[in-house]
This record gives sequence, structure tokens and C-alpha cells, in this order.
Amino acid sequence: MSNIAAKAKELLESNAVQVVIGYEVGPTGVVRPAFVTDSAKTDSFIYNENCLQNLAMYLTKHEVKHFGKMGIVATLPVMRSIMMLISEQQVVSENIVVLGISDDGKLLDFADLSVMHAHIEKSNLGNPTKDQERLAELNKLSIEEKFNFWEQELSKCIKCYACRQSCPMCYCIRCSTDCNQPQWIPVQSNTQGNLDWHVLRAMHLAGRCISCGECGRACPVNIPCHLLTMQLADQTYNYFKVHAGTSQDMKSVMSTFEPNDKESFII
Amino acid sequence: METIKKLIRKQSLEKLFTTLSASRKVYAPVFAADKRVEYKYNPAFAEVTFEHIQSTLSVKNVVFPKVENLMYYTNNKVDSTITDIDLTKIPEVVLWGSHPCDNSAYDVLKSIFCWDIKDEFFAKRLEKLVVIGLACHQSDAYCFCTSVGLTPNSTKGSDILLSKTKSGDYIAEIFTEKGNAIVAASSDLFEQPNNEEIVIAEVKQTFNHEQVTEKLKTAFEHPFWVANSLRCIGCGACAYVCPTCACFDIQDETKGKEGRRYRSWDSCGFSLFTLHTSGHNPREVQSQRWRQRIMHKFSYMPDRNESLGCVGCGRCSRGCPVDMNISEQLQALQNI
Repeated sequence: MSNIAAKAKELLESNAVQVVIGYEVGPTGVVRPAFVTDSAKTDSFIYNENCLQNLAMYLTKHEVKHFGKMGIVATLPVMRSIMMLISEQQVVSENIVVLGISDDGKLLDFADLSVMHAHIEKSNLGNPTKDQERLAELNKLSIEEKFNFWEQELSKCIKCYACRQSCPMCYCIRCSTDCNQPQWIPVQSNTQGNLDWHVLRAMHLAGRCISCGECGRACPVNIPCHLLTMQLADQTYNYFKVHAGTSQDMKSVMSTFEPNDKESFII
Repeated sequence: METIKKLIRKQSLEKLFTTLSASRKVYAPVFAADKRVEYKYNPAFAEVTFEHIQSTLSVKNVVFPKVENLMYYTNNKVDSTITDIDLTKIPEVVLWGSHPCDNSAYDVLKSIFCWDIKDEFFAKRLEKLVVIGLACHQSDAYCFCTSVGLTPNSTKGSDILLSKTKSGDYIAEIFTEKGNAIVAASSDLFEQPNNEEIVIAEVKQTFNHEQVTEKLKTAFEHPFWVANSLRCIGCGACAYVCPTCACFDIQDETKGKEGRRYRSWDSCGFSLFTLHTSGHNPREVQSQRWRQRIMHKFSYMPDRNESLGCVGCGRCSRGCPVDMNISEQLQALQNI
């Protein structure tokens, strides 16, 4: 039995949690989320390098919360999402138990959130290297070239909103794009409507994106929409020296004013 | 008309394609830069693939575009002037190289769009469509056409169906007058068929759709739905890549006095889909929406439209970010 399975079993048996959210392998060999409520069934949990989905989005899902207290297998992006969700009062820390996973795949023992905070603080919190390199390439382009790149990419968008739905930070019960009186964002999936949607989504995640890349992974037509939010994550760090999702009581970068804030970005 | 069988050599396909492309819109599959397969209007023949298993998006957009204008209007002080869309301007489209599952889907869409009141937009586009299908000579683990009553070389929906022979030439079966007109206009490219064997993909049957439909009659309250949809994130990817999903939303877009009414794809996977003005939502949680998706395709449609709402292309499962594998779920439903 793996460490995760054993820990999950222990948590369920002692009734410390009523459900454990982790990863399993589906019948076609694809890694996917698993929800185990029975302590006898924790053997299906696995962990390997394909366990990339950010599971934190399930912490705000009605039917998962309904079970009661939740245990969650958490790699660094999941831990940071949890910190964001607690700081934005979407998750109550007493309702979750984090089964942390280190960068080299080992189960971490977090006695409480302060230990997780310490773990996050000593981790690399920038964008993943391959994404940062791609952003550097894009940032070398002229404004027109960048616009053409995004226009081309976003023309593929079918407005399925997998980017929104897969994101732990997009937890609004009613998204502003679902509002039609007034209609902020055109419903239609054409160049204008797609551009408006992706810009709105990215702006709402400025200072909140924890660089997991889940939106880009979820996209069925391979739009690298995670680069939009990662660019903003990078920029908010450069301006304010704050990474999103490091502690449970961090203040929101874009909605907190400090007298000594730099205002160099105001034109 | 009676089916006619001809042979077309692989080197003649280019001639046929360029002849068709010269006078009309030809919609054909190509490999995109990221290796996905997508359909393009009038690509160069060299780009066109005959070796794809499945495009990411279906080809329903030729009859049901993702955005379609329904009318234009001008608002005056007391009244509005409406300008209808000129449906006679809808062009003829030749769909080239689409697989039998996709071609069968047009009948399913027709059973929805022309169920009682004929949807003129859809009907006109379908009338203007000529389908030169391509039987599948390869498949993957997500294909399940044989479980929904089809085969990798089903002829339904095709005007002409091409099947690859062992030597790489193609047998063309012509089923309709539309198909015959194309063949007649390039008759020098078609020969009498030989007896060479054709290559057909193997697709294993994984469930019996009639048994699933029967099971669903009493499965509405079954715990299966919650247990098997916990991981569903509620996006619309499955519906939007699906060749038979037909739901749409209608919106008015006004700028000053001028405006247009259009429809765009919608999905029963979204919570907004059933939200009432009062704030009440009859499908308030994701498991109810997932149940609706399966029920609609495998229970309500066979019951009301006399057609199954699924053609087994497997796109929803390939495109799902969380592996909501429909064939796996239907196998499980058959045994509940």
C-alpha cells in the first residue's frame, strides 16, 4: 500500500475526514481525480508525474463539500490554491486535511497550515520554467505581432469555458460572463467575443493565479491561455514582490491599498 | 437510387479535389501545427489528411455553425424593422474525408432540428451539403461506433463513401444523386471497381445500446450519477466537440438602433443552462447535468426522436479534461 493510500485510510477510519480527493488511473490509462469515501477503497490512489490536475477546484464543488471534511492530495500548486481559497474565505481551514506531496513525490506531514506555509515559502514560486521561457519569447515580439499571435490562438476558442471551470480560483457561482443584462462579454464565440472573454478571465486572476497551468491543460483546442494569467502573475510579482497563495491570511494584491505602493504602472 | 461502385486511383484524388475546390467550398481535414486535426475550407490538397483518426471538433458546424445570425433589426421610436437572413445565399459545401460516425450524425441532428417545425437555417445548410465520406481504416481506444449500431464503414449520411484498398486506391460507393453529379462531372477519374480487399478499422463493441436505453428507464434516481460525476468540472467541452449536441442559446446584440439576433452553441453541462429568472435551478448540481447528458442521448432521443443521440466518435472522452469517459460510463450503466 502506498503512503497516500495508507494515510487516506487512516484519515477515513478515524473519521478525521469523510472524503479524500486524490488521483487514480482510469481504464484507458489516463490519470484522473478520484474521490474515496470508504476506508477499504483507498488502494486506487496513485501518485506519479502525470498527476498534474489542480485538485483544489473540487474543494468548492457543492457535491464534494457535501461529504463533510475533505482530505486532499496536494502538490505545490494545490497547496497554494488552498491558501488562496482560505484567504478569500472560500474554504474553511478546519474542514480540510492536506496530504502534501513534495517536489520529489514524497508524502509530507503537515501538522497544520503554518507547516504548509513554511513549505510553500521555501519552494520555487515563479512560473514553471518551460512556460516562463515561452513568455520570454512572446515578450520579444512587437505589440502587433503579439496581437496577431493571440488573435490566431483565440480564434480556435469554442467558449466551452473549460479554462474557467478547471481553475480553483474561478469559483464564482455566477460568472460575470453569464450575466446578460447588461451583457459584459459577448456570448458568441468569434474573435471579438473570444478576446473579450480571455482578457476578462486573465484580469480577474491578476495577483490570484498560482501558475498551475490547469486552464491551458484543460483547453480541448490547445490554446495556451495559461500564458495570459502567468504573464500577469509575473507582472504582479515584479511590481509588488508578492506571490499568490503563500499564506492563509495574505491580502489580495489587486484590491488592497498601501500608502507605500509603487504606482509606476499608472499611465 | 441504387448504389454504384467505382474505383478511384490514389493519384486521381488530387484531380477530383482540385476540380471541386475550383468551383465550390470544400471542407477537408488537415493537421494543425499542434498535431490536432481540424477541418479547413479549401486547403491545398497536399495538406489534406487521409490518415487521421478523429478531428478535435466535429463537422456539425457546416449545418449548425457555432454562431449563426437569425435576423437583423432596427429599433425605431415605436416599432422595429426586421430584416431576414437571405437563405438563398447559403453556399454549397462539399465535406471531404469525414468519417462515417460524423456523417451519420446529420440524421441525428435532423431528427432534432426538423422534429416538428423545420429549422430553415439548418435545413437549407443540409440541403446544400454534399458528403464525400471516408471509411475508417484505423481507430483508437476512444472509438465506439460499433456499440451504437454503426460500423467504421457505415454508409448513412454519405453521398459518396471512399474506402481505402490494400494498395492505397479507393473504392467509391455512390448513394445519392448529389454524389452521382460529382462523379459524372469527373467521370474520367473513376474506373470499374476491381475485387481488391478494402482496409477497415477494427472497433470493439463495448456495450449494447438497447440494453442501456432499457436500464435508463428506471435509473433516474440511481446513486450512479453522483458517484460517477464527482470529477466533472461542468465545462462545455463534451457538448461542443460532439457531432450531435444541438442545444443553442439566442441573444440579441444591439449597437445604437441597429442590432442582430444570433444563436450560438450552448451546453447542458453549464449551471446557467437551466437557471430560471426566479433564481431557481431545476438542475442545481453537476450530477443532474451529467445525468441529463446521458439520458438525453440514450433515453429521451430513442423515445421521442426515434434516433440514438450518439454516434460513437469518442470526441467527448478525448476532449474531456478530467476523463469523463462516456463509453466506460455506458458499460457501467448497462450493468447497474
